[in-house]
Amino acid sequence: MSKIREAFDGKKAFIAFITCGDPDLETTAACVRAAVANGAGLIELGIPFSDPTAEGPVIQGANLRALTGGVTTDKIFDMVRSLRQDVTVPMVFMTYANVVFSYGAERFLSTCNEIGMDGVILPDLPYEEKEEFLPLCHTYGVNLISLIAPTSENRIAMIAKEAEGFLYIVSSLGVTGTRSEIKTDLKSIVEVVRQNTDIPCAIGFGISNPDQAKKMADISDGAIVGSAIIKIIEKYGKEAPAHVGEYVKEMTEGMKIS
Amino acid sequence: MTNQNGRFGIHGGQYIPETLMNAVIELEEAYNHYKDDPAFNAELTALFNEYAGRPSRLYYAEKMTKDLGGAKIYLKREDLNHTGSHKINNVLGQALLAKKMGKTRLIAETGAGQHGVATATAAALLGMECVVFMGEEDTIRQALNVYRMRLLGSEVIPVKTGTATLKDAVSEAMREWTSRIADTHYCLGSVMGPHPFPTIVRDFQAVISREIKAQLMEKEGRLPDAVIACVGGGSNAMGSFYHFIEDKGVRLIGCEAAGRGIDTFETAATVNTGKLGIFHGMKSYFCQDEYGQIAPVYSISAGLDYPGIGPEHAHLHDIGRAEYVPVTDDEAVDSFEYLSKTEGIIPAIESAHAVAYARKIAPVMNKDQIIVITISGRGDKDCAAIARYRGEDIHE
Repeated sequence: MSKIREAFDGKKAFIAFITCGDPDLETTAACVRAAVANGAGLIELGIPFSDPTAEGPVIQGANLRALTGGVTTDKIFDMVRSLRQDVTVPMVFMTYANVVFSYGAERFLSTCNEIGMDGVILPDLPYEEKEEFLPLCHTYGVNLISLIAPTSENRIAMIAKEAEGFLYIVSSLGVTGTRSEIKTDLKSIVEVVRQNTDIPCAIGFGISNPDQAKKMADISDGAIVGSAIIKIIEKYGKEAPAHVGEYVKEMTEGMKIS
Repeated sequence: MTNQNGRFGIHGGQYIPETLMNAVIELEEAYNHYKDDPAFNAELTALFNEYAGRPSRLYYAEKMTKDLGGAKIYLKREDLNHTGSHKINNVLGQALLAKKMGKTRLIAETGAGQHGVATATAAALLGMECVVFMGEEDTIRQALNVYRMRLLGSEVIPVKTGTATLKDAVSEAMREWTSRIADTHYCLGSVMGPHPFPTIVRDFQAVISREIKAQLMEKEGRLPDAVIACVGGGSNAMGSFYHFIEDKGVRLIGCEAAGRGIDTFETAATVNTGKLGIFHGMKSYFCQDEYGQIAPVYSISAGLDYPGIGPEHAHLHDIGRAEYVPVTDDEAVDSFEYLSKTEGIIPAIESAHAVAYARKIAPVMNKDQIIVITISGRGDKDCAAIARYRGEDIHE
């Protein structure tokens, strides 16, 4: 069974997204620990990419700051090695196909296995292209996380049937970023997902406050928060971990996890 | 040439967010329906001929031929099309297709501004809303084209992210498309991006090689020995090559922007300096670092200033059917001036890259051989930038 399932075992999951190396890897590691200490059940670690086409301005900014700061895939692997000495919750990478491809898919995924990463999310790798990495993901026991969008419609069943780890349901059209309102009929999407798979599903894009997180977790198995956390890191820099911890606490309490 | 899954050999594919998948599937279905539809093609041909001024001339450059003393040189005059470049071919096709699909709004990226101007033109003609994304750097380099787009009723959004050039404009147009799909068609300007764009754009641009073949047959009764075109994403080159791919005796030569040279970091020569990667919806060659971060490329030409190349070109390179050669800023500027003085034709700085390479090979070819150079656009837009390059500060 996928280790990712532990994050959803008998509870709703709060999933925190953090861009690695913004402002530096020490701060990233401290933010991860603070999020986990305050009830985050799964961590999404963003490997920055020069041209993140699925991201809104907030995460684009984080990618740019991290790359300007000199972070690389190898340095991020080292950070994970050290995190894994005490952090036991499931963790997945979120990055773009070219980061994995150019590193060498086998080298990338075997390293994920070695350092204890449980999955990868690649927003520019749709169902039609997943064979690019799926066989190697299976060889090295790394879950390739599938996404479902508000426009997926007739594709939901097909994607859900073959999904592994958890399903990432994109709440809204457009790119990542906080939204005041989420209008998509997510209940109907989750219903189709449930008919086709028993793996958990979590909703992301646009979630920033406890009320939204609770609503999303009520209709699915968890809530994914990225831009709201990145904004805190952008604001507080090296002082961010304590603030990230506080924020995650507020969110998990709102979702009645902790 | 397109395989079933939108592949050209190993290149191509559909590496895009799930949010866009149904949109590209819908586009592919619509295209497959209309491409062989006689009424659609009659309408498009009428637009090509009556509105854009096709067929474009195949002009025998006699003075240039004599001056170089080798192969006979013909210029395919895409610069004479309405809006001043080959971009109108693709745009009229896509805008008409989008209209048939019930879309009311076009979005586009632009580098030099030629594709943006063409899209704004088609939108005005067909009564559609239009938004063009353009790198902020390019809005400065090509201020005249920004004004033209606004004059035509389009909104121009300067893109400030990344290097603020063509690749960032493509990224921003893709982001915009994910946020508004129902009424919006992304009118991609080159033979790149996710399937079916490389195929659709190639097919609409293939009119260039179809005409070259017929016109040269009429003038010379034979095929050319070489066809030369500049390559950024590669749409005018793909259009110029397409109907010659099966004619193995015809050399197909794409001229990449080498910027300050392929041994410097200030270059945009993808095939010569890049490596295989996945970006902007396609697998192809890209200028990138060892961790797959896309490189900030450079060329004097805003239209060739792109870190990738269309997947069909990447495949033609792999199988050795086409050659991709680097041409520097210096060589291009020199040929910009050369063609102006020799033939009285001011080429786009993009097209001047193709002229430059022709000047290298024509003298060593025989007099009974024939080169066709595609002049993809006219150079009026570049005059201020070239003057600056030569140290002369003129105001537009």
